[in-house]
Amino acid sequence: MRVLAAMSGGVDSAVAAARAVEAGHELTGVHLALAEAPDSLKGKGCCTPEDARDARRVADVLDIPFYVWDLAEQFRVDVIDNFVAEYAAGRTPNPCLRCNESIKFAAVLDRAIGLGFDAVCTGHYARLVDGPSGRELHRAVDPDKDQSYVLGVLDADQVAHALFPLGGSVKTEVRAEAAARGLTVAAKPDSHDICFIPDGDTAGFLQARLGERPGSFVDTSGAVLGAHSGAYGFTVGQRRGLRIGTPAPDGRPRYVLDVSVVDNRVTVGPAEALEVAGLTADRPRWCGPAPAGTFECRVQVRAHGEAVPAAVTAIPEGLQVAFSEPVRGVAPGQAAVLYDGTRVLGSATIAATV
Amino acid sequence: MTYLDHAATTPMVPEALAAMTAELGRVGNPSSLHGSGRAARRVVEESRETIAAALGCRPGEVVFTGGGTDADNVALKGLYWARHREDPARRRILISAVEHHAVLDPAAWLAQQQGAVLEVLPVDSLGRLRPETLRAAIEADPASVALISVMWANNEVGTVQPIAELAAVAREFEIPLHSDAVQAIGALPVDFAASGVSAMSLTGHKLGGPLGIGALVLARGTVPVPLLHGGGQERDVHSGTLDTPSIAGFAAAVEAAVRNLDAHAATLHALRSELVAGVLAAVPDARYNGDPDDRLPGIAHFSFAGCEGDSLLMLLDARGIECSTGSACSAGVARPSHVLIAMGHDEASARSSLRFSLGHSSTESDVAQLLEALPPVVERARRAGEIAAARHNRS
Ligand SMILES: Cc1ncc(COP(=O)(O)O)c(C=O)c1O
Repeated sequence: MRVLAAMSGGVDSAVAAARAVEAGHELTGVHLALAEAPDSLKGKGCCTPEDARDARRVADVLDIPFYVWDLAEQFRVDVIDNFVAEYAAGRTPNPCLRCNESIKFAAVLDRAIGLGFDAVCTGHYARLVDGPSGRELHRAVDPDKDQSYVLGVLDADQVAHALFPLGGSVKTEVRAEAAARGLTVAAKPDSHDICFIPDGDTAGFLQARLGERPGSFVDTSGAVLGAHSGAYGFTVGQRRGLRIGTPAPDGRPRYVLDVSVVDNRVTVGPAEALEVAGLTADRPRWCGPAPAGTFECRVQVRAHGEAVPAAVTAIPEGLQVAFSEPVRGVAPGQAAVLYDGTRVLGSATIAATV
Repeated sequence: MTYLDHAATTPMVPEALAAMTAELGRVGNPSSLHGSGRAARRVVEESRETIAAALGCRPGEVVFTGGGTDADNVALKGLYWARHREDPARRRILISAVEHHAVLDPAAWLAQQQGAVLEVLPVDSLGRLRPETLRAAIEADPASVALISVMWANNEVGTVQPIAELAAVAREFEIPLHSDAVQAIGALPVDFAASGVSAMSLTGHKLGGPLGIGALVLARGTVPVPLLHGGGQERDVHSGTLDTPSIAGFAAAVEAAVRNLDAHAATLHALRSELVAGVLAAVPDARYNGDPDDRLPGIAHFSFAGCEGDSLLMLLDARGIECSTGSACSAGVARPSHVLIAMGHDEASARSSLRFSLGHSSTESDVAQLLEALPPVVERARRAGEIAAARHNRS
């Protein structure tokens, strides 16, 4: 196949590309420049000129053509602006998922197909399995690195044009392989969670864009407990960094139960009040034929969570999910990814809990 | 492999290779007083004389540098500092809007960091700076102009500037005019003294010489403040031990380029006409950019509506055809060319461009290969562009 390898300059995408070359594919490497004003001096985050150089060096070692594609504007609109808008609306977005959905397996894949490539190869940890009704997306064998959750937004066509050579390996093997192959990025540290917030200060990033919007913490009865500088900065299930002021009467930790940007209120309460019986979700995406009616599967509601048993009903607007047992920490804006064993069935964006 | 990127760098000519390799095995610092030093010095000085004779300047006016970027930086920064030191009212730097980054960026740096006032003068749709535009800019306040820099010929679209006329305007006001002649030497007749410019940059690797060597020609009385301080070589303008082998190769290349100029330019002109006619026949809506007549003989530059230059480059590269979207960018992120924007292209059109540049090793078969590969490549790139546009409209 003619394969376009997205090369971030990190160790995973380097080894993925090397394996694809070895598998006999005709490879071309591209580095996606996603930062509009890359700050080379900080040398942190991703998409710095240093990352582009590292990626280019790997491509040279693999002896494949290499280009840089400037997707900064699209990334800003589709991922960063969306990230800020979602928080501003009181939801908790997952930007990696959004990037896969609208950049890597959309803008990049479309352009690749247009240019005559057959597939896009990335260093994601997920497995592709040819099943009876087409290509299936499965969890990686390394449970710590599994990235099937952030790929859960891909539809069957996108999955059919993907190549994930690392899904069958654990990270330590990948690093060792990079070193054995003489790839200079073998010892490079793993990338950050949110590449466009290299210092990790999401609250500061949001505040710089959304400003101060003072509001109140309230308990489930509506009694005001304290003040905050913007409801958008909180996520359902959050415990740390609340700074409510008045301690809980029973001295037990309090969690964010609900974020309402309309009246700028953050409702807090005890852990058990986080429990929800189910959720509704919209924007369904299916990695295969869309199921109808009600069916049993497992549902994962955040990137590093567990998939729990649930009954899922497909409705015109999306999905209704009824968990077998109550689940904590379900935040609107996150994806509900549906699994059958290791296989990803599809996903939808959490709209509300019930 | 079909190499159509001679404006980026062109292979060394045999004369240069021979002259350079003859020196590589020898010892001798041209600044040393002993026999080995004297032998090296002789090579350097003979090279300087060769270059001076080829370019119509005096040997003492040739300052060796590490290439074109180096020469441009000495000219811009060094002359700005010198002129500003003489008279602090001189703060304005006038440059054309189509300069290479080796001129644009030092000028912008002087404005950002050193209090200079940068004025980027507009060009016409062919990329030419009109002498009356320069005159008007000077006349706004002649005493405040520190220097002027206008390239001899453009590296992207190939347009030749009316340099003698521009120099005459500058002379009238006694303002030094520097010209980046990196692309011009060996492609056009260049006579430094007759041109009336005060300073001129050239580089070895664009004219069949080695990489990493070049020169700044400085008319007598034009003395820049040095960027490099050290052993005082090159009349204190550019310290550092001289690179005898590269200088020998450079001089041989300049001499050969100027000696062969007429025949070389005629060959390139014929090949380019074939290329341009072929491209316009194969892709009728391609837009041929730059001055159709007064241009470098080896450069053909086109915009292909609806295509990304990046995509074209990649698809041609996959078919063994090597060209460029304009000036090479180290970070690799394609920005729409400031040259095309200055000529009135919109951003999409500026991004849709490719430069094919011919040189002394180019053949008819190179042109034939390009013409065979181009139509399907343009069609493919156009389709990829349509898909991207459709997605853009959806989201
Ligand atoms: C017009 C022009 N000026 C300056 C340069 C830079 O010259 P060098 O590569 O020798 O630094 C180039 C070549 O890229 C050029 O085309």
